[in-house]
Formats: sequence, structure tokens, C-alpha cells
Amino acid sequence: MTILKAELRRGAKALILWTAVIGFLLGICILIYPEMESQMNEISGMFSEMGSFSAAFGMDRVNFGEFMGFFAVECGNVLGLGGALFGALLGIGALAGEEKEGTAEFLLTHPVSRRSVLLQKLGAVLLQILILNGAVLGISLVSALLVGEAPEGKTFVLLFLAYLILQMEIASICFGISAFLSRGGQGLGLGIAALAYFLNIIANLTEDAGFLKYITPFGYAEGADIVAEGSLNSGYLAAGIALALLGIGAAFVWYQRKDIA
Amino acid sequence: MNAIRTCSLTKYYGKARGIIDIDLAVEEGDFFGFIGPNGAGKSTTIRTLLGLIAPTGGRAEIFGRDIRSRREEILADIGYMPSEASFYHGMKVGEVIRYSARLRGRDCGEEAGRLCERLELDQEKKVNQLSLGNRKKVSIVCALQHNPRLCILDEPTSGLDPLMQREFYAILTERNAKGSTIFLSSHVLSEVQRHCRKAGVIRGGRLLVSDTIDRLGQTHTKRVTVRGISHAPALDGIKDVKAAGDALTFLYSGSPDVLLKALAAAPLTDINIVEPDLEEIFLHFYREEDEAHDDSES
Repeated sequence: MTILKAELRRGAKALILWTAVIGFLLGICILIYPEMESQMNEISGMFSEMGSFSAAFGMDRVNFGEFMGFFAVECGNVLGLGGALFGALLGIGALAGEEKEGTAEFLLTHPVSRRSVLLQKLGAVLLQILILNGAVLGISLVSALLVGEAPEGKTFVLLFLAYLILQMEIASICFGISAFLSRGGQGLGLGIAALAYFLNIIANLTEDAGFLKYITPFGYAEGADIVAEGSLNSGYLAAGIALALLGIGAAFVWYQRKDIA
Repeated sequence: MNAIRTCSLTKYYGKARGIIDIDLAVEEGDFFGFIGPNGAGKSTTIRTLLGLIAPTGGRAEIFGRDIRSRREEILADIGYMPSEASFYHGMKVGEVIRYSARLRGRDCGEEAGRLCERLELDQEKKVNQLSLGNRKKVSIVCALQHNPRLCILDEPTSGLDPLMQREFYAILTERNAKGSTIFLSSHVLSEVQRHCRKAGVIRGGRLLVSDTIDRLGQTHTKRVTVRGISHAPALDGIKDVKAAGDALTFLYSGSPDVLLKALAAAPLTDINIVEPDLEEIFLHFYREEDEAHDDSES
């Protein structure tokens, strides 16, 4: 557990910063909801009729004038994209960061197996994502209560669960890639998160690209669908979990035999 | 018992040469210097022994244990000091030292404190504010605080001032006296000659020779300096011919009788025949390799 603790300590500042920024943005959005709501009844219709633009963000499927509808779309953008970027940076830096900084040599010449290093580093990544989401969930609940809205329990939990899995999936894929890098891959990590986000938008725009939802975790974390259907799409979710496991598996296979430069 | 034993240990990075067929034996309790110029394969050998990189051929054992299958057990017995130490950004010296001890599941606070005092290392400083020499000292403490059975030190003194080098060798000598095996790499021959009992010379990825320092100096080579002639006699075994002012100097590794007969007819005004120093012998080793290399390329 020594490495896991050290990872958490080293990542604490970034975790606090990301949690604060995402929590702040989400909280602000919720706090301005009453103001939006009064105008929403007029513009909700307009929002749902902007054709493909509405479809791209799932606004054709939810009622933007209802709290959960508003929350699902807005939450999807802030926590989904923000958390995906955070998860990508954590994952891509977990192994490659040590090689870039030259500390891999320090770490791996101590009597710890590479397997243990991998387990503890992965654990630290997933734990940090869990902490961020827990804190943001708390901030969201408090903000909702402050504006007198009671989020619908099951949908609320499903939304957060979907974003949590989404972030863990992106982090796991990036963790897998990280094992192959010997320099930091921050740009690559951010690119993967952004690509996943835009793939979902493309899939929303045209039915021909619907298969992309199996590739991007934003497919099963589509707030509008979760609100409308009250469940996560099991096909997209299974594909996402498979990709995450593939990333983790690749990291374990490759990193245990990798030459440390 | 051998602390380190390698059999035909080979490492290629793709097609690039790392080390080729290294057969090395370091006995437990040895103070061993691993000498070679930059790029010779010293660090590759060390990093292979530590399991950072996997050999492409051959095998190696440390205290009789295979380096590939029993890596963690081996690392528990080793204190390693890399040639270029990097630490986690933002950590204090003391935190790095304690982290290293915790990774070994040990509490080495007392010994770490003693080492820091001897090396004049401030534990409260941030590692990223340290000079190269002070970073080296952090590495020394991390490598020695747990009293390892085997110390593997890669270019340990580069960046340390002469006083610190002396203190560092004093510490190593004490550890060695208590039974620790010391294996250090260096490209500074005089340093190895002064402190080590045995040495191996590596060049172009191959181990050229490995023996006690005393025996390494006992080649049948002599440094011959003569005055009164401008060309060295045409004999086998003459190398490194240099003119210095009116003197001519060369290394000779043949029968003295043949040399003296060849010089007998020459109008010599002075002659001086001495043992070459170790530095010269190694330069001579290196040069032979270079020539062989040049010949194979041309």
C-alpha cells in the first residue's frame, strides 16, 4: 500500500483542483436553474427543435424545462467531459509519468514486483476518480436542495454511476496506453477524452454512425437517454467495460516485461 | 559464494549493441570496480542485473538467485545508486529517504540520519532544489540506509566534490569491511585503482578482462623511452609510439632480449624502461579494441 498512499499524496493537489472546478461549475449551473426554468418553458420548445444541434446534445429527447432533464444534459457536459479529461490525465500519467521524470528507475529498483506497482497505481487512479465523483455528487445534491429541487433518486444515481464508469473506462484505456509510453502522454490522453466525447456527438447526429456508441463511453453515459429510459444501455456498457478491461490487461501484460529506459 | 555471476549475458536494443557475452564473477565481499568509457555497456550490465531491462541472451545470478525469476528477493539485498538520480518533484529529501525505506518495508531512520550527517545532507530541502552533488547524496543514503548485502553503484562519484568523494569511499570501505559486497562502475581509472581490489574492463559491450587490480597491473608490457633515434625499432609488440621533444616513447610487450639487441646498434644517448601505470595499460586495452574495430570497418 506504500505506493498507493504515495500516489494519492502526490495527486492530492490536482484532485482538489479538479474536484473544485468541476464541483463549482456543476453547482453554479444548478444554482442558476430556477432562473433558467422560468424562461425554459419558452425556449425548451426551441431547444428541442434545433434539429441536429439538439440531437447532438440529446436535447431532443429530454424536457429541458424539468430539473432532471436540465441536469442530465448539463451534468453530462460538465462532469462527463471534465471527469473524462481528469481520468485521462490520471491514467496516461500513471506509468509513463514515472519514466518521463526518471523516477521509474528509483521505484523499480526497490523490492516491489511490477505487478504490485501496477495494482497500486491503478488502485490510486480509480480511487481518485471515486473521490472526485463522490465530492461532486455531494456538491450537486446540496446545490439542488438549495434551489428547492429534489433530484429523482434512481435517475440521479444512474447518471452519476454512468459518469463514474465512463471516467474509469477512459482512465483504464489511458492506463493501458501509458504502459507503452516512455514519455508523458498528456496530449494523447486529453485527445482520447475529447475524441470519445465528439464520437458520441457524431453518433447522435446520424444513425449511420450509431455503432460509435459502442466505442465511446459517452454512449452509455448519455444523460438524455438515461433520463428517458431509466436505465443504462447494457450493450454500450458491456462494450465499455470490455474496453476498460482490455486497457488494464494490456498494461499488465506489457509493463511486466517492459525495458525501463 | 558469488555475489554476481553472469554467463554470456547479452543485451541488444533492437539491432543496437548493448552488451555481448559478458561473463563476470564478483565474489561476496569483493570491492569491485567496473571500468569502461562512456557507452561501453556499464549501465546496461547494471540495469540488466537489476531487472530494469531484460537480457536478450545468457543469464545472470545474484547470490545464486536467477535475476529474472527472483527479482524482488534479489532487490531486497541490493542497494542501488543510479548514475543520474531523479526523484519525485516536490518531495523533501527526508521524504524521499523514508519512502525508499518504506518500499523496503523497513525503518532505517537511524542509519539514514547518520549517513545524512556524514554527507552533510539537509533532509528538509526539496529534492528539486538540489544540486547534482546533493542529489547524488540522496541516492547514496537511499542505497545504503538499509545496510544491503550488495551495493551496486553506477558512476557514484561524478558530481561529488573531492572531500565528499573521500567520505563516500570511507563509508564504502567500512561497509565492505563488515561484509558488504561493493560493485561500482566508473570511467575514472585512478579512482578504481585507489579503492577497489578487483576490476573488470568493459569496452564496446564486451568484457575485456577481469582480475585483481594488482594482477591487472602486471602485464609484461613496459614503457620504453629512448633518446638519440627518431624511429622505433621494427619489432612485434611495439605500440603507442610517441615522439616527445627529442625523446621517443613506446609500449613494448615482447622479450627484453629482442628489444635490447635491436637497440644495441642504435646511437642511443639515454634509455628508460619502466612499468606503465594502470591508466596506460587500460588505454592500451581500449586502443587495441579501437584498432580491431577500425580494421573490421575498413
